[in-house]
Amino acid sequence: MSELSSVDWSRAQFALTAIYHFLFVPLTLGLSFIMAIMESIYLKTGDAHWKKITQFWMSLFAINFAIGVATGLIMEFEFGTNWANYSWFVGDIFGAPLAIEGILAFFMESTFFAVMFFGWNKVSPKFHLLSTWLVAIGSNLSAFWILVANGWMQYPVGMYFNPATARNEMENFFDVALSPVAVIKFLHTVASGYVIGALFVVGISAWFLLKKKELLFAKRSMVVGATFGLITSLFLAFSGDESAYQVTQHQPVKLAAMEGLYKGESRAGLIAFGILNPNKQLGDNEPEFLGDIEIPYMLSLLGHRHIDAFVAGLDDLVYGNPAHNIPSASERIANGKIALQALSDFRDAKKIGDATQMNESEAILQTHMKDFGYGYFEKPEQIVPPIALTFYSFHIMVSLGMWFIALFALVLFFIFKRNITHYPLVLYAALWSIPLGYIAAEAGWIVAEVGRQPWAIQDLMPTHIAATHLGGGNVALSFTLFAILFTVLLIAEIKIMLRQISKGFEGGH
Amino acid sequence: MFELLSFLQLQQLWWMIVSLLAGLFVFLMFIQGGQTLLFSLPENEVEKSMLINSLGRKWELGFTTLVLFGGALFAAFPLFYATSFGGAYWVWLAILFCFIIQAVSYEYRKKENNFLGQKTYEMFLYINGSLGVILLGVALSTLFSGASFHLDENFFVQWDTNLRGLEALFIPQNYLLAFSLFFLARLSAGLYFLSNINHASLHVRIQKMLLKNTLLFLSFFLGFLAWIFTKEGFAYDALGVVSIEAYKYLSNLLALPVVAVMILLGVVLVLVALYLGIFKANVHGIKVMGLGIVFAVMGIFLLLGLNNTAFYPSLSALQSSLTIENSSGSHYTLTAMSYVALIIPFVLAYITYAWYAMDKKSIDEAEMSDASEHHY
Repeated sequence: MSELSSVDWSRAQFALTAIYHFLFVPLTLGLSFIMAIMESIYLKTGDAHWKKITQFWMSLFAINFAIGVATGLIMEFEFGTNWANYSWFVGDIFGAPLAIEGILAFFMESTFFAVMFFGWNKVSPKFHLLSTWLVAIGSNLSAFWILVANGWMQYPVGMYFNPATARNEMENFFDVALSPVAVIKFLHTVASGYVIGALFVVGISAWFLLKKKELLFAKRSMVVGATFGLITSLFLAFSGDESAYQVTQHQPVKLAAMEGLYKGESRAGLIAFGILNPNKQLGDNEPEFLGDIEIPYMLSLLGHRHIDAFVAGLDDLVYGNPAHNIPSASERIANGKIALQALSDFRDAKKIGDATQMNESEAILQTHMKDFGYGYFEKPEQIVPPIALTFYSFHIMVSLGMWFIALFALVLFFIFKRNITHYPLVLYAALWSIPLGYIAAEAGWIVAEVGRQPWAIQDLMPTHIAATHLGGGNVALSFTLFAILFTVLLIAEIKIMLRQISKGFEGGH
Repeated sequence: MFELLSFLQLQQLWWMIVSLLAGLFVFLMFIQGGQTLLFSLPENEVEKSMLINSLGRKWELGFTTLVLFGGALFAAFPLFYATSFGGAYWVWLAILFCFIIQAVSYEYRKKENNFLGQKTYEMFLYINGSLGVILLGVALSTLFSGASFHLDENFFVQWDTNLRGLEALFIPQNYLLAFSLFFLARLSAGLYFLSNINHASLHVRIQKMLLKNTLLFLSFFLGFLAWIFTKEGFAYDALGVVSIEAYKYLSNLLALPVVAVMILLGVVLVLVALYLGIFKANVHGIKVMGLGIVFAVMGIFLLLGLNNTAFYPSLSALQSSLTIENSSGSHYTLTAMSYVALIIPFVLAYITYAWYAMDKKSIDEAEMSDASEHHY
């Protein structure tokens, strides 16, 4: 099999394992804080009902956590197994946050997880509460470091390219760790986890109310869940706005794909709803949409914080737009090829010990370094990600995000101002919004990861160069094994979870 | 402070940290060892539950250490991470599969409606404890026996066999380390159970198990030592040129007396721990064992990477062999990571404290029937 199919299988495998993993991570991120809040209320009030409520949600947390750990293990090693070239090319920068994640976060999570579950009768109540908070903090710290690593791939900073080792080397740790892309990515991702945690608690509580079971426990849980959900879903929208701004600044091709924007414009509108024209090609004059609803000026405002600002479209970015100082992809490809040639010249000069030639080649290389990765492409159109997938994922994510704000507000209104048990429609809406949370989160990741194609590291390394030379057959087999194993585990998880929920708050743990 | 260290000193420091992590991980393999005893040691369901609950409160530490081991290698020796994981693809994936199934098994085993049934999850634990450890031992043994790969001009790995790492299974000597680890893990599990579970008749059976497994462990471990101290090794000179050198690991042992003492001390402590367990059923044996394992494993790892030794030799392209000097992160990254590593003693301290707080009272049958507790 060709190496191309090996790359495709590696992408499929990474997507599969990441999508599975992210079915479990957000609930861990969100539910851990909700449990910590509930246990804090228990300690403050001394009301034993709150202890039962905390323990019920903890029992569900444990079921989810176990499979989250299982699916997470492979993520740590998959960079090496399937993306070995990537791991060398940027390992000097990318490895550090992964290691720090292990040292700072994973031990905290795993140590205090044991205390949280087995320590009710073994440690003092305060130490137990502290452990619950530390599990929440540990999971979120873990998210921070892995998202620092991911943010760096989207916007590589704080490094220089060393031609002698043919890799990027870290120059400033704080530039990497505190990169604005990394920070906002962290905030937006954990916020999505908080919202999913809240949707989970509110939805399951709604189920109990619909069944007219466990009314006191369910209502109390719902109040905590919906309050937490309303605050965090508003924050999710705010961080999403900032995230889109960062994408516009650093990944304009992704932004154009997210919005289906082909021809750039000033005072650009934001597509609230749209159906893409399947016949539309880069550079032609076909309409972009079969139908759409646009909010005027909003895209300029979102992307550049100014309604008059010009937002680049795919045609501008692929074919260039001199009026707005946007180079064409062809120019960048030419620059990239110069950089690759300079690297090769550097190596030749090094072999014969020609220091002057080495210096000259390195100077040429560094001048063209920002377009280094483009050198691996032949056609300008290759720099465009799958547009439809990116566009629809983005719009599904945003629409669902808006719905969650409305839902939490509705639930709180009906709890405090009406008797919510008399409004089954609201309760059903809450229940059926649980899967919507997961759909929104996965859609968000598709925007982030499919939208940055064809890059593994923005502008530096294309995905097809990053992959290990494994042969498609090997990865097709491992993909299948992962698909089977993770699906079996997911079925087990869902079955156990549903049974545990049906046992209710008094059902033991 | 760390900025002042030379590049080589930082590389050595990080090899020591990786060696320490390896030592800690091998110690924590008592969890795996315990999982292989689930079908032979207990005589009834309650006893089995005690074993599983005893291990279940610790399994995540071992798992986390494995993850950190991967992360630390990525950060400190990225070329090893890229070359070995990408190259020996199937061995590492097989190991990962063995650990993935461990992660769900404790929690799901006794749960109602668990889809696969209790026995399957227990088999998962057994596979993790046996196959997982043996495969890991084989993979680690390739650091001595070598692997078939070469690096291209971009330092991208090309693996030179179609088996992608599984070829290591056909080198008999690799099983010496693999089975040493397997039996060692069972021994530390026995000592851990003595300290963590309060049950007289179980203790008697554990003592018998310890005696039998000690003999097996010693046979494989002495075989392993005999193999590495008589085999040739892979040395490199000041220019980084790699060559094969007879008795390299033995000469490393003689050239590095501190490491030699470390290994000797480690082995003695392991033997003392086993004596305490087998003849006294002593509850403190596990602590002595832990120290011994960390010393011995760390020492063996140091023999592998220090004193101008290639720690990941290539059999098909000698000059592609990896050394701590040609595979490490940059001076800047190693410095930054060294500052981060300063937190490790703090992490060890809170783990020890939490462990102490949780284990003040041993597990007994009464606890297993207490409905107000969370059980696996």
